[in-house]
Amino acid sequence: MAKRESSPKDLGTPTNQGVELTRSEAQSELLRELVAHLRQNRNQLREEWVGRISETRLLTAMTKEEIFAEATSVYDSYVEALETETFEALQAYARNLSERIIPRGVETHEVVGIVLLLRDVLARSLFAKYQTDFRKLNRILDAYEPAANRIANTVAVGFVQERERVIRQQQEAIRELSTPVLQVRERLLILPIIGVIDPQRARQLTEQLLRGIRTNRAKVVVIDITGVAAMDVTVANHLVQTVEASRLLGATVIVTGLSPEIAQTLVTIGVDLGKMNTVGDLQGGIEQAERLLGYKVVTLAEPR
Amino acid sequence: MEVPILKQGDVLIATFQAALSDADLNQLRRGLVQQVVKHRSRGVIVDVTAMDVMDSFASRTLREIAHMIRLRGAETVIVGIQPEVAFAMVQLGMTLEGVATALDLEEGLAYLIQKFKSVE
Repeated sequence: MAKRESSPKDLGTPTNQGVELTRSEAQSELLRELVAHLRQNRNQLREEWVGRISETRLLTAMTKEEIFAEATSVYDSYVEALETETFEALQAYARNLSERIIPRGVETHEVVGIVLLLRDVLARSLFAKYQTDFRKLNRILDAYEPAANRIANTVAVGFVQERERVIRQQQEAIRELSTPVLQVRERLLILPIIGVIDPQRARQLTEQLLRGIRTNRAKVVVIDITGVAAMDVTVANHLVQTVEASRLLGATVIVTGLSPEIAQTLVTIGVDLGKMNTVGDLQGGIEQAERLLGYKVVTLAEPR
Repeated sequence: MEVPILKQGDVLIATFQAALSDADLNQLRRGLVQQVVKHRSRGVIVDVTAMDVMDSFASRTLREIAHMIRLRGAETVIVGIQPEVAFAMVQLGMTLEGVATALDLEEGLAYLIQKFKSVE
Protein backbone atom coordinates (compact mmCIF):
# COMPACT_ATOMS: atom_id res chain seq x y z
CA MET A 1 0.00 0.00 0.00
CA ALA A 2 2.55 2.44 1.20
CA LYS A 3 4.84 1.73 -1.69
CA ARG A 4 2.17 2.23 -4.27
CA GLU A 5 1.08 5.41 -2.71
CA SER A 6 4.52 6.85 -2.48
CA SER A 7 5.62 6.11 -6.02
CA PRO A 8 3.30 8.49 -7.86
CA LYS A 9 4.08 11.12 -5.27
CA ASP A 10 7.79 10.75 -5.88
CA LEU A 11 7.21 11.03 -9.55
CA GLY A 12 4.78 13.87 -9.17
CA THR A 13 6.96 16.35 -7.42
CA PRO A 14 9.74 16.68 -9.97
CA THR A 15 7.30 16.81 -12.84
CA ASN A 16 5.42 19.63 -11.17
CA GLN A 17 8.61 21.51 -10.61
CA GLY A 18 9.58 20.90 -14.19
CA VAL A 19 6.31 22.30 -15.44
CA GLU A 20 6.70 25.37 -13.29
CA LEU A 21 10.25 25.84 -14.42
CA THR A 22 9.37 25.65 -18.08
CA ARG A 23 6.46 27.97 -17.49
CA SER A 24 8.58 30.65 -15.87
CA GLU A 25 11.20 30.09 -18.53
CA ALA A 26 8.60 30.54 -21.20
CA GLN A 27 7.45 33.66 -19.42
CA SER A 28 10.90 35.22 -19.37
CA GLU A 29 11.32 34.17 -22.97
CA LEU A 30 8.15 36.12 -23.76
CA LEU A 31 9.36 39.09 -21.71
CA ARG A 32 12.60 39.04 -23.67
CA GLU A 33 10.69 39.10 -26.90
CA LEU A 34 8.56 41.90 -25.55
CA VAL A 35 11.55 43.94 -24.52
CA ALA A 36 13.14 43.47 -27.93
CA HIS A 37 9.94 44.71 -29.53
CA LEU A 38 9.83 47.76 -27.25
CA ARG A 39 13.49 48.56 -27.94
CA GLN A 40 12.96 48.25 -31.67
CA ASN A 41 10.01 50.61 -31.75
CA ARG A 42 11.35 52.92 -29.10
CA ASN A 43 11.13 56.14 -31.11
CA GLN A 44 7.70 55.57 -32.51
CA LEU A 45 6.16 54.40 -29.22
CA ARG A 46 7.76 57.16 -27.24
CA GLU A 47 6.44 59.78 -29.62
CA GLU A 48 2.99 58.29 -29.52
CA TRP A 49 3.09 58.34 -25.75
CA VAL A 50 4.18 61.99 -25.59
CA GLY A 51 1.41 62.77 -28.06
CA ARG A 52 -1.14 61.12 -25.80
CA ILE A 53 0.22 63.00 -22.78
CA SER A 54 -0.28 66.40 -24.38
CA GLU A 55 -3.60 65.27 -25.84
CA THR A 56 -4.96 64.50 -22.39
CA ARG A 57 -3.45 67.74 -21.02
CA LEU A 58 -1.33 66.09 -18.36
CA LEU A 59 1.86 67.68 -17.00
CA THR A 60 0.77 71.16 -18.09
CA ALA A 61 3.31 72.63 -15.68
CA MET A 62 6.15 71.35 -17.87
CA THR A 63 7.32 72.42 -21.33
CA LYS A 64 7.11 70.11 -24.31
CA GLU A 65 10.87 69.54 -24.39
CA GLU A 66 10.95 68.68 -20.71
CA ILE A 67 8.11 66.22 -21.11
CA PHE A 68 9.94 64.62 -24.02
CA ALA A 69 13.19 64.33 -22.08
CA GLU A 70 11.47 62.87 -19.02
CA ALA A 71 9.39 60.58 -21.18
CA THR A 72 12.55 59.20 -22.75
CA SER A 73 14.07 58.38 -19.38
CA VAL A 74 10.82 56.95 -18.06
CA TYR A 75 10.44 54.83 -21.18
CA ASP A 76 13.98 53.48 -20.90
CA SER A 77 13.70 52.70 -17.19
CA TYR A 78 10.32 51.14 -17.87
CA VAL A 79 11.77 48.78 -20.47
CA GLU A 80 14.71 48.07 -18.23
CA ALA A 81 12.43 47.17 -15.33
CA LEU A 82 10.53 44.82 -17.63
CA GLU A 83 13.76 43.22 -18.78
CA THR A 84 15.48 42.76 -15.43
CA GLU A 85 12.30 42.39 -13.36
CA THR A 86 13.98 44.43 -10.66
CA PHE A 87 12.33 47.64 -9.62
CA GLU A 88 14.98 49.34 -7.50
CA ALA A 89 16.40 51.45 -10.32
CA LEU A 90 12.93 52.50 -11.39
CA GLN A 91 11.99 53.25 -7.79
CA ALA A 92 15.06 55.46 -7.39
CA TYR A 93 14.28 57.19 -10.66
CA ALA A 94 10.64 57.72 -9.63
CA ARG A 95 11.76 59.26 -6.35
CA ASN A 96 14.26 61.50 -8.10
CA LEU A 97 11.64 62.56 -10.67
CA SER A 98 9.11 63.30 -7.91
CA GLU A 99 11.65 65.41 -6.09
CA ARG A 100 12.10 67.53 -9.21
CA ILE A 101 8.49 67.87 -10.27
CA ILE A 102 6.65 68.22 -6.93
CA PRO A 103 7.83 71.82 -6.36
CA ARG A 104 6.43 72.67 -9.81
CA GLY A 105 2.94 71.67 -8.79
CA VAL A 106 2.59 68.34 -10.57
CA GLU A 107 -0.34 66.43 -9.12
CA THR A 108 -0.63 62.76 -8.18
CA HIS A 109 -3.26 62.05 -10.85
CA GLU A 110 -0.90 63.35 -13.54
CA VAL A 111 1.94 61.06 -12.55
CA VAL A 112 -0.34 58.04 -12.29
CA GLY A 113 -2.02 59.14 -15.52
CA ILE A 114 1.14 59.22 -17.62
CA VAL A 115 2.34 55.84 -16.39
CA LEU A 116 -1.05 54.31 -17.18
CA LEU A 117 -0.95 55.98 -20.61
CA LEU A 118 2.41 54.39 -21.30
CA ARG A 119 1.01 51.04 -20.28
CA ASP A 120 -1.89 51.51 -22.69
CA VAL A 121 0.31 52.67 -25.55
CA LEU A 122 2.56 49.64 -25.16
CA ALA A 123 -0.40 47.28 -24.83
CA ARG A 124 -1.89 48.70 -28.04
CA SER A 125 1.36 48.14 -29.89
CA LEU A 126 1.32 44.54 -28.70
CA PHE A 127 -2.21 44.12 -30.00
CA ALA A 128 -1.11 45.48 -33.36
CA LYS A 129 1.93 43.24 -33.54
CA TYR A 130 0.27 39.97 -32.59
CA GLN A 131 -3.19 40.49 -34.01
CA THR A 132 -2.84 37.44 -36.24
CA ASP A 133 -1.73 35.13 -33.43
CA PHE A 134 -4.34 35.42 -30.73
CA ARG A 135 -2.79 32.69 -28.53
CA LYS A 136 0.58 34.33 -28.50
CA LEU A 137 -0.95 37.72 -27.79
CA ASN A 138 -2.65 36.23 -24.77
CA ARG A 139 0.57 34.75 -23.46
CA ILE A 140 2.51 37.95 -24.06
CA LEU A 141 -0.13 39.92 -22.18
CA ASP A 142 0.05 37.39 -19.36
CA ALA A 143 3.71 38.20 -19.02
CA TYR A 144 3.34 41.91 -19.60
CA GLU A 145 0.40 42.86 -17.42
CA PRO A 146 1.70 41.90 -13.94
CA ALA A 147 5.02 43.60 -14.62
CA ALA A 148 3.34 46.70 -16.02
CA ASN A 149 0.97 46.94 -13.07
CA ARG A 150 3.82 46.60 -10.69
CA ILE A 151 5.70 49.37 -12.45
CA ALA A 152 2.66 51.66 -12.28
CA ASN A 153 2.33 50.84 -8.61
CA THR A 154 6.00 51.51 -7.91
CA VAL A 155 5.95 54.91 -9.59
CA ALA A 156 2.70 56.01 -7.93
CA VAL A 157 3.81 54.88 -4.49
CA GLY A 158 7.21 56.53 -4.97
CA PHE A 159 5.54 59.80 -5.88
CA VAL A 160 3.15 59.73 -2.93
CA GLN A 161 5.96 58.80 -0.53
CA GLU A 162 8.08 61.67 -1.74
CA ARG A 163 5.14 64.04 -1.28
CA GLU A 164 4.57 62.79 2.23
CA ARG A 165 8.23 63.24 3.02
CA VAL A 166 8.05 66.86 1.85
CA ILE A 167 4.92 67.45 3.96
CA ARG A 168 6.53 65.94 7.04
CA GLN A 169 9.62 68.08 6.55
CA GLN A 170 7.51 71.21 6.27
CA GLN A 171 5.47 70.34 9.34
CA GLU A 172 8.64 69.97 11.32
CA ALA A 173 9.95 73.30 10.06
CA ILE A 174 6.70 75.04 11.01
CA ARG A 175 6.74 73.49 14.45
CA GLU A 176 10.29 74.65 15.09
CA LEU A 177 9.64 78.12 13.74
CA SER A 178 6.55 78.47 15.89
CA THR A 179 8.56 78.46 19.11
CA PRO A 180 11.82 80.35 18.66
CA VAL A 181 14.11 80.62 21.66
CA LEU A 182 16.21 83.74 21.09
CA GLN A 183 19.24 85.04 22.90
CA VAL A 184 19.12 88.84 23.30
CA ARG A 185 22.05 89.25 25.64
CA GLU A 186 24.66 87.04 27.24
CA ARG A 187 22.63 84.69 29.52
CA LEU A 188 19.28 86.24 28.61
CA LEU A 189 16.77 84.41 26.41
CA ILE A 190 13.42 85.53 25.13
CA LEU A 191 10.64 83.23 24.07
CA PRO A 192 7.90 85.09 22.22
CA ILE A 193 4.74 83.02 21.91
CA ILE A 194 2.14 83.91 19.31
CA GLY A 195 -1.14 82.22 18.51
CA VAL A 196 -3.05 79.39 20.06
CA ILE A 197 -1.20 77.02 22.39
CA ASP A 198 -2.51 73.48 22.47
CA PRO A 199 -1.09 70.93 24.91
CA GLN A 200 1.19 69.45 22.23
CA ARG A 201 2.68 72.83 21.37
CA ALA A 202 3.02 73.64 25.06
CA ARG A 203 5.02 70.47 25.61
CA GLN A 204 7.29 71.21 22.71
CA LEU A 205 7.73 74.77 23.90
CA THR A 206 8.86 73.58 27.31
CA GLU A 207 11.28 71.11 25.80
CA GLN A 208 12.83 73.73 23.55
CA LEU A 209 13.07 76.28 26.34
CA LEU A 210 14.73 73.90 28.81
CA ARG A 211 17.18 72.77 26.17
CA GLY A 212 17.82 76.40 25.23
CA ILE A 213 18.57 77.28 28.85
CA ARG A 214 21.16 74.53 28.96
CA THR A 215 22.88 75.24 25.66
CA ASN A 216 22.94 79.03 26.10
CA ARG A 217 23.71 78.83 29.83
CA ALA A 218 20.88 81.28 30.43
CA LYS A 219 20.18 82.80 33.82
CA VAL A 220 17.07 84.76 32.93
CA VAL A 221 14.30 83.94 30.46
CA VAL A 222 11.55 86.30 29.36
CA ILE A 223 8.44 84.50 28.09
CA ASP A 224 6.28 86.98 26.21
CA ILE A 225 2.68 85.93 25.73
CA THR A 226 1.31 89.20 24.36
CA GLY A 227 0.33 87.30 21.22
CA VAL A 228 -1.69 84.70 23.09
CA ALA A 229 -5.30 85.77 23.57
CA ALA A 230 -6.38 83.04 25.97
CA MET A 231 -5.28 79.67 27.28
CA ASP A 232 -7.16 76.87 28.95
CA VAL A 233 -6.46 75.52 32.42
CA THR A 234 -4.25 72.68 31.17
CA VAL A 235 -1.97 74.98 29.24
CA ALA A 236 -1.88 77.53 32.08
CA ASN A 237 -0.78 74.77 34.43
CA HIS A 238 1.83 73.75 31.93
CA LEU A 239 3.14 77.32 31.83
CA VAL A 240 3.49 77.35 35.61
CA GLN A 241 5.31 74.00 35.47
CA THR A 242 7.65 75.35 32.81
CA VAL A 243 8.52 78.27 35.09
CA GLU A 244 9.30 75.86 37.94
CA ALA A 245 11.31 73.49 35.78
CA SER A 246 13.39 76.42 34.52
CA ARG A 247 14.13 77.36 38.11
CA LEU A 248 15.42 73.83 38.73
CA LEU A 249 17.92 74.49 35.94
CA GLY A 250 18.97 77.66 37.72
CA ALA A 251 17.18 80.15 35.48
CA THR A 252 14.68 82.83 36.51
CA VAL A 253 11.61 83.20 34.32
CA ILE A 254 9.80 86.49 33.76
CA VAL A 255 6.40 86.23 32.08
CA THR A 256 5.24 89.34 30.22
CA GLY A 257 2.15 90.49 28.38
CA LEU A 258 -0.54 88.54 30.23
CA SER A 259 -3.96 89.37 28.84
CA PRO A 260 -6.84 89.94 31.29
CA GLU A 261 -8.32 86.58 30.28
CA ILE A 262 -5.09 84.71 31.00
CA ALA A 263 -4.72 86.55 34.31
CA GLN A 264 -8.25 85.37 35.14
CA THR A 265 -7.35 81.77 34.24
CA LEU A 266 -4.18 81.86 36.36
CA VAL A 267 -6.10 83.23 39.34
CA THR A 268 -8.76 80.56 38.89
CA ILE A 269 -6.23 77.72 39.01
CA GLY A 270 -4.74 79.39 42.09
CA VAL A 271 -1.19 79.98 40.92
CA ASP A 272 1.39 80.74 43.61
CA LEU A 273 2.34 84.34 42.81
CA GLY A 274 5.56 83.96 44.78
CA LYS A 275 6.81 81.61 42.06
CA MET A 276 5.56 83.60 39.08
CA ASN A 277 7.50 86.70 38.14
CA THR A 278 5.29 88.78 35.85
CA VAL A 279 5.77 92.16 34.18
CA GLY A 280 3.25 94.11 32.08
CA ASP A 281 4.98 94.24 28.73
CA LEU A 282 8.01 92.81 26.93
CA GLN A 283 10.03 96.01 27.34
CA GLY A 284 9.50 96.00 31.09
CA GLY A 285 10.40 92.31 31.18
CA ILE A 286 13.68 92.83 29.37
CA GLU A 287 14.51 95.81 31.60
CA GLN A 288 13.93 93.74 34.72
CA ALA A 289 15.98 90.88 33.27
CA GLU A 290 18.84 93.29 32.64
CA ARG A 291 18.65 94.47 36.23
CA LEU A 292 18.77 90.86 37.43
CA LEU A 293 21.84 90.22 35.30
CA GLY A 294 23.51 93.41 36.50
CA TYR A 295 23.31 95.28 33.19
CA LYS A 296 22.78 99.01 33.10
CA VAL A 297 21.60 100.63 29.91
CA VAL A 298 22.78 104.22 29.45
CA THR A 299 22.04 106.66 26.67
CA LEU A 300 25.32 107.88 25.19
CA ALA A 301 23.89 110.82 23.29
CA GLU A 302 20.65 112.49 22.42
CA PRO A 303 18.94 110.59 19.63
CA ARG A 304 19.19 112.47 16.38
CA MET B 1 27.48 53.05 45.81
CA GLU B 2 28.57 55.63 48.33
CA VAL B 3 28.76 59.27 47.25
CA PRO B 4 32.20 60.83 47.84
CA ILE B 5 32.22 64.22 49.55
CA LEU B 6 35.04 66.54 48.44
CA LYS B 7 36.20 69.65 50.20
CA GLN B 8 37.15 72.69 48.16
CA GLY B 9 37.92 75.76 50.30
CA ASP B 10 34.76 76.81 52.07
CA VAL B 11 32.62 74.48 50.01
CA LEU B 12 31.74 70.79 50.19
CA ILE B 13 30.99 69.09 46.89
CA ALA B 14 29.06 65.83 46.55
CA THR B 15 28.78 64.40 43.05
CA PHE B 16 26.21 61.70 42.28
CA GLN B 17 27.80 59.03 40.08
CA ALA B 18 24.73 57.15 38.91
CA ALA B 19 21.38 56.03 40.24
CA LEU B 20 21.59 55.70 44.00
CA SER B 21 19.79 53.43 46.45
CA ASP B 22 17.76 54.86 49.31
CA ALA B 23 20.47 53.72 51.75
CA ASP B 24 23.14 55.63 49.81
CA LEU B 25 21.00 58.75 49.95
CA ASN B 26 20.52 58.43 53.70
CA GLN B 27 24.25 57.97 54.15
CA LEU B 28 24.95 61.04 51.98
CA ARG B 29 22.58 63.10 54.12
CA ARG B 30 24.24 61.95 57.33
CA GLY B 31 27.72 62.55 55.91
CA LEU B 32 27.04 66.04 54.58
CA VAL B 33 25.23 67.26 57.69
CA GLN B 34 28.08 66.00 59.89
CA GLN B 35 30.96 67.25 57.79
CA VAL B 36 29.57 70.71 57.12
CA VAL B 37 30.16 71.67 60.74
CA LYS B 38 33.31 69.56 61.13
CA HIS B 39 35.03 71.40 58.24
CA ARG B 40 33.36 74.72 59.10
CA SER B 41 32.10 74.87 55.50
CA ARG B 42 29.88 77.75 54.39
CA GLY B 43 28.40 76.14 51.34
CA VAL B 44 27.45 72.73 49.91
CA ILE B 45 27.05 71.80 46.25
CA VAL B 46 25.19 68.63 45.32
CA ASP B 47 25.84 67.75 41.66
CA VAL B 48 23.16 65.51 40.12
CA THR B 49 24.27 65.77 36.46
CA ALA B 50 24.61 62.00 36.18
CA MET B 51 21.05 61.28 37.32
CA ASP B 52 18.61 60.70 34.51
CA VAL B 53 15.74 59.74 36.79
CA MET B 54 14.79 61.29 40.09
CA ASP B 55 12.25 59.49 42.25
CA SER B 56 10.26 61.12 45.01
CA PHE B 57 12.55 59.77 47.73
CA ALA B 58 15.66 61.25 46.12
CA SER B 59 13.93 64.56 45.58
CA ARG B 60 12.62 64.68 49.16
CA THR B 61 16.09 63.79 50.48
CA LEU B 62 17.68 66.59 48.47
CA ARG B 63 15.20 69.03 49.98
CA GLU B 64 15.84 67.71 53.50
CA ILE B 65 19.60 67.96 53.00
CA ALA B 66 19.26 71.60 51.94
CA HIS B 67 17.03 72.51 54.87
CA MET B 68 19.14 70.65 57.44
CA ILE B 69 22.32 72.29 56.18
CA ARG B 70 20.61 75.68 56.39
CA LEU B 71 19.88 74.90 60.04
CA ARG B 72 23.52 73.95 60.51
CA GLY B 73 24.52 77.40 59.23
CA ALA B 74 25.52 76.84 55.59
CA GLU B 75 24.00 77.26 52.12
CA THR B 76 23.16 74.44 49.70
CA VAL B 77 22.81 74.57 45.95
CA ILE B 78 21.69 71.67 43.75
CA VAL B 79 23.33 71.73 40.33
CA GLY B 80 23.08 69.84 37.03
CA ILE B 81 19.44 68.81 36.95
CA GLN B 82 18.77 67.59 33.39
CA PRO B 83 15.98 69.34 31.44
CA GLU B 84 13.89 66.15 31.14
CA VAL B 85 14.38 65.38 34.82
CA ALA B 86 13.41 68.92 35.77
CA PHE B 87 10.13 68.75 33.91
CA ALA B 88 9.30 65.27 35.21
CA MET B 89 9.97 66.47 38.77
CA VAL B 90 7.68 69.47 38.36
CA GLN B 91 4.92 67.32 36.93
CA LEU B 92 5.13 65.06 39.95
CA GLY B 93 4.97 68.10 42.22
CA MET B 94 8.58 67.78 43.41
CA THR B 95 9.69 71.38 42.92
CA LEU B 96 12.42 71.61 45.60
CA GLU B 97 10.88 74.81 46.94
CA GLY B 98 13.15 76.83 49.15
CA VAL B 99 16.23 75.15 47.66
CA ALA B 100 18.70 77.02 45.45
CA THR B 101 19.44 75.45 42.06
CA ALA B 102 21.99 76.22 39.37
CA LEU B 103 22.83 74.99 35.88
CA ASP B 104 26.14 73.29 36.66
CA LEU B 105 29.05 73.13 39.09
CA GLU B 106 30.54 76.38 37.81
CA GLU B 107 27.27 78.27 38.22
CA GLY B 108 26.73 76.73 41.64
CA LEU B 109 30.14 77.91 42.83
CA ALA B 110 29.48 81.39 41.43
CA TYR B 111 26.14 81.45 43.27
CA LEU B 112 27.75 80.49 46.59
CA ILE B 113 30.58 82.99 46.22
CA GLN B 114 28.02 85.71 45.51
CA LYS B 115 26.11 84.60 48.57
CA PHE B 116 29.25 84.66 50.80
CA LYS B 117 30.05 88.18 49.57
CA SER B 118 26.60 89.52 50.36
CA VAL B 119 26.96 88.29 53.94
CA GLU B 120 30.37 89.92 54.46
